[in-house]
Amino acid sequence: MAQDVDIILSRPKALSDNITHYCPGCTHGIIHRLVAETIDELGIRERTAGVAPVGCSVLAYNYFNVDFMEAAHGRAPAMATGFKRLRPDMIVFTYQGDGDLASIGMGEIIHAANRGEKFTVIFVNNAIYGMTGGQMAPTTLPGQKTTTSPLGRDVTTAGYPIRMAELLSSLRTPAYIARAAVHDPMYIIDAKRKIKRAFSYQIANKCFSLVEVLSTCPTNWGLSPTVSLEWLEKNMRPYYPLGTFKTPEDEVEKK
Amino acid sequence: MAKKLMKGNEAIGEAAICAGATNYFAYPITPQSEVAEYLSRRLPEVGGVFVQAESEVAVGYMLFGAASTGKRVFTTSSSPGISLMQEALSYMAGAHLPVVLVNIMRGGPGLGGILPAQSDYFQATKGGGHGDYHIIVLAPSSVQEAVDLMILAFDLADKYRTPVMLIGDGMIGQMMESVEFPEQYQTPPSPKEWALTGAVGRKPVVIKSLFLDPIALEKNSLELAKKYEIIKADEVRYELYKVNDKNKLLIFAYGTMARICQTAIDELEEEGIGVGLFRPISLFPFPQKEIYREVIKPNIKALLTVEMSVGQMIEDIERCIVGQKPLGFYGRTGGIVPSPDEVKAAVKKQLGLGK
Ligand SMILES: Cc1ncc(C[n+]2csc(CCOP(=O)(O)OP(=O)(O)O)c2C)c(N)n1
Ligand code: SF4
Repeated sequence: MAQDVDIILSRPKALSDNITHYCPGCTHGIIHRLVAETIDELGIRERTAGVAPVGCSVLAYNYFNVDFMEAAHGRAPAMATGFKRLRPDMIVFTYQGDGDLASIGMGEIIHAANRGEKFTVIFVNNAIYGMTGGQMAPTTLPGQKTTTSPLGRDVTTAGYPIRMAELLSSLRTPAYIARAAVHDPMYIIDAKRKIKRAFSYQIANKCFSLVEVLSTCPTNWGLSPTVSLEWLEKNMRPYYPLGTFKTPEDEVEKK
Repeated sequence: MAKKLMKGNEAIGEAAICAGATNYFAYPITPQSEVAEYLSRRLPEVGGVFVQAESEVAVGYMLFGAASTGKRVFTTSSSPGISLMQEALSYMAGAHLPVVLVNIMRGGPGLGGILPAQSDYFQATKGGGHGDYHIIVLAPSSVQEAVDLMILAFDLADKYRTPVMLIGDGMIGQMMESVEFPEQYQTPPSPKEWALTGAVGRKPVVIKSLFLDPIALEKNSLELAKKYEIIKADEVRYELYKVNDKNKLLIFAYGTMARICQTAIDELEEEGIGVGLFRPISLFPFPQKEIYREVIKPNIKALLTVEMSVGQMIEDIERCIVGQKPLGFYGRTGGIVPSPDEVKAAVKKQLGLGK
């Protein structure tokens, strides 16, 4: 018990001492911590390499205490592929936003998943382009106002938001695909479990793994941090159901 | 090793293996798909890695990730595919990553055609991606030279931590010639403390091209510039053919175009017209001083640049000769290769020898 409290109160070794640049109340920070705790608990810090995206988490390499590379917008899965194929003994993860992964990087993520590349993707879905100032993302909800959809997302011209976890789990190649959220302690615990499971599959050299994490962007949603948490629960959760969409074990059962 | 008869595309793949580069990422495109076909068979035999990527965009970044391990990595492609890699080239140059690319050029712009061309000279030598950067560009004129330069490309990439591109036209890829591979190639020592190997007993290493602080970004650009100055001083390569103190005209041509010019020069010699050839082998760094030195020789009355393009290298020649002598141009493009007769006619015209 005392040890647990220690773990909860101390900084994970996989997190650096740098102060993050994230806006007050942004949940990117929580997700960083969950990844770092996972790395510590699995004892893989010294053999982990991360890939940072283009987006608000572009400086993720400043916050993790592991080797890192900085990708071009959307290309993190290709970089992770190149790295992991040459260093299968290392643990590789990408950390990507929804513009990065579901828009400009759609080709790279689908094909990395389809090849069954053995790295882990932490996919942060905040339904908006955070870094560039709140433009519409492929994940922006129907009717949601952004700086490039001032009247709300019009599904007749922009289509419906893409559910990446479902899309990727439709691929035949075995994978671990789950969706979690971090707007409430109960969900944070679940998110941590899923992230840890994703890394564990990689350590076992089993399959591609991805956890989509529903996250907030108080700044560009134009809401306070607490109202943002409620907005996520009320608007994002119904459209983006949480759960485990695919595991490599399902595949074995289906045969 | 005994001489072997090999097609250029396959020899290029084998040369990479010879240089210890067994990590290859590619997307099929004519006229060089044979490299991937050859290596998909060959690399498993030597414990290498081949990934057929979903696009050349992905190839560019697979190279980035793979090069970050510190191992030797490469790709081969042709013009439209190389265009898609320009973003990654800019990122890799900015992040100081060693990587080798081969462009077996075909006619452009756009989808263009599939026949040989030299119309990607600007893209290769002036930087097709964004930002203050260059890459080393080497242009072989025979299959043997493609092998030798391919091996050199990996050494230069490691030495200067930079992308290096081998550019050849479709003929280099398709030609069958006898080649010899070095028997005892040794990788020159190049410490790779910058590679991502896991933060064991050291601070984490980050490979990136992002510098939000303008002072830091300028510093990175100046470091690149300094590197290019050293490359310009130490890595210029060129070849002279039949250059003497009697020739009235000097031709500039690179790659297989230079070989066609050699044939024209031999035939002109028989007609009593003395012509020399200056063949740049490194297109970046460009043999600027060496060209100037040849051009100002008193016997040289006129100059001619011959290319399989509408005129790209000629802009670098103009820069080198600073108006010293009259410079003419002959080129065909779109996959049409100038014949020795066409070159001969262009030489005579430039010398004012009538039709
Ligand atoms: C090729 C390219 N196009 C556009 C951009 C500009 N850009 C930077 S971040 C970004 C969107 C990031 O949004 P998201 O992936 O959702 O991450 P978030 O900032 O919300 O965490 C864009 C469009 C870029 N850097 N590169
Ligand atoms: S802009 Fe949004 S996603 Fe980016 S740091 Fe601020 S709150 Fe977080």
